Amino acid sequence: MNTLYRRRRFWNRFHFSMSLLVTLAGLFVLGWILFTTLKFGVAALNLSLFRLDTPAPGNVGGLRNAFVGSLLLVGLAVLVGTPLGVLAGTFLAEFSRGKRLGMVVRFFNDILLSAPSIVIGLFAFSIVVYPMGHYSGWAGAFALTIIFIPVVLRTTDEMLQLVPGSLREAALALGAPHWKMVLRVTYRAAAAGILTGILLALARISGETAPLIFTVLNNQFWSTDLNRPIASLPIAIYQFAMSPYADLQALAWAGALVTVLFILILSLGARYVLRRAGRS
Amino acid sequence: MLASSPGSPRSGVGDVVFRNLARFAAFSVLLVLLGVAVTLFWRSWPTFHHFGWSFLWTARWDPGRELFGGWIPIAGTLISSAIALLVAVPVAYGVALFVTNLAPAWLGRPVGSAIELLAAIPSIVFGMWGLFVFAPWFAKLEPWITAHVGTLPAIGIFFRGPPMGIGMLTAGLVLAVMVLPFIASIMRDVFTVVPPMLRESAYALGATSWEVQRHVVLAYTRSAVLGGIFLGLGRALGETMAVTFVIGNAHQLSASLLKPGNSIAALLANEFAEATTPLHQSSLLALGFLLFAMTLIILIGARLLLWRLENAQGKSGL
Repeated sequence: MNTLYRRRRFWNRFHFSMSLLVTLAGLFVLGWILFTTLKFGVAALNLSLFRLDTPAPGNVGGLRNAFVGSLLLVGLAVLVGTPLGVLAGTFLAEFSRGKRLGMVVRFFNDILLSAPSIVIGLFAFSIVVYPMGHYSGWAGAFALTIIFIPVVLRTTDEMLQLVPGSLREAALALGAPHWKMVLRVTYRAAAAGILTGILLALARISGETAPLIFTVLNNQFWSTDLNRPIASLPIAIYQFAMSPYADLQALAWAGALVTVLFILILSLGARYVLRRAGRS
Repeated sequence: MLASSPGSPRSGVGDVVFRNLARFAAFSVLLVLLGVAVTLFWRSWPTFHHFGWSFLWTARWDPGRELFGGWIPIAGTLISSAIALLVAVPVAYGVALFVTNLAPAWLGRPVGSAIELLAAIPSIVFGMWGLFVFAPWFAKLEPWITAHVGTLPAIGIFFRGPPMGIGMLTAGLVLAVMVLPFIASIMRDVFTVVPPMLRESAYALGATSWEVQRHVVLAYTRSAVLGGIFLGLGRALGETMAVTFVIGNAHQLSASLLKPGNSIAALLANEFAEATTPLHQSSLLALGFLLFAMTLIILIGARLLLWRLENAQGKSGL
């Protein structure tokens, strides 16, 4: 009896010590990555980063055209993806409750959500770049939109499901048509949650590199023409990090730091929005 | 449900327009997924037609002579993902266990949030860390691995090789770091939905914390834990940037995990924009199609496994 008790106590302690150990190891490695980004990024950070375009090796330069290109691509994806994602989420939560069609869309949306982004890039290449005959900003924005929509769809669906049915019934009982009920009552009740979804989706596409490689390609010079190859931050980081030149690698780290900070701020902002809405 | 009855007498023009707009948006998701499958298959058809099934297990990749086979990147994808899961799953399980069971609330919650935030960091940053920080450090460790692990019987052959820092093992380890936060946060979510009554009953019978975790929590959540691992696998298979930097991009497959190799995603990232002949491009698209098919099957499995727990719970939220 005594040995059995001891053995059980030993295994209990053993497993929880291992658990503590691997948690510390995991946190250490992840902290290491953040520290690396911070160390190399801050060292390379200066004002010309935002004032100059991407340089040739050996020249002084910044990432201005890459920032602007990314802003255009991501902005376009948000502009197109938000209404589509929110409407699709609305369809699931408001118009197809308990129906098989809704379940099917929800299921395949979850699949699309986790599909490899490089495959989405191949898709964008096949149906935008290939017929057009050249790489373009449009193709990249298209790929980012496809990655953006499932995230917004899912959060919108989940957040609308949380709105109490009594609110809907009250609006309908007052004689509001269904569409007005959704726009004025349920959207308002779920606004913070939907905004969270949009912010998280924005965070997700801001660092996406793989779907841009063979859709927007790259452009070393200043351009805002979405019909041509255009510079973008992730691709600039990728190319400079892969280059053998120390000054270009430093630029890549500066770009990586800006991207990471942007994404962390967005993620924290999304949490803050959701928490504040939950309190009121 | 009153709110969704389609033929209610009051539904006017506004309702019809709004409902159809929403329906169109929802269908566009299905259309995109279908479009990806059909387009990739259609564009890779020349390759499948030209090389037949042997494309899957042929190792040559010679753009100059237009001879293509997918075996090396396919195997590289599977091997690097397998290494990633072998390392990441136990660690993720430990982290989830720590956060839900061991840590007090004031510690568990921030650790959980930190891990979720880290899952949002773009993969290119993991790749750069892998190339500039981890690989040089790992290169110093590799002679030791060759000398000590490489001399073991049976598994030794996998761990003998040149200490270059980059290679299949490095790619697998960087991938592991990348999917770790992802799997850990799913496991944590899954463990927290176990009804407290089940845990408390087991404690009342005199079970230790580990026995509760092993025989109650894990038994209750087994399918969802597996689903989380599958989701991690789906992510590892298609991960591009973290792998491209450190796998070495060499068209070779060797028993030694220390040697460079290639994966489908890394090959696509490196060659696709430069592929000029139709057959070369089609062969790369065929690899993309195979990657899509692999992840599709795994993700469908993952979602079905996760839904099982959700349905048992009677609520969504995973």
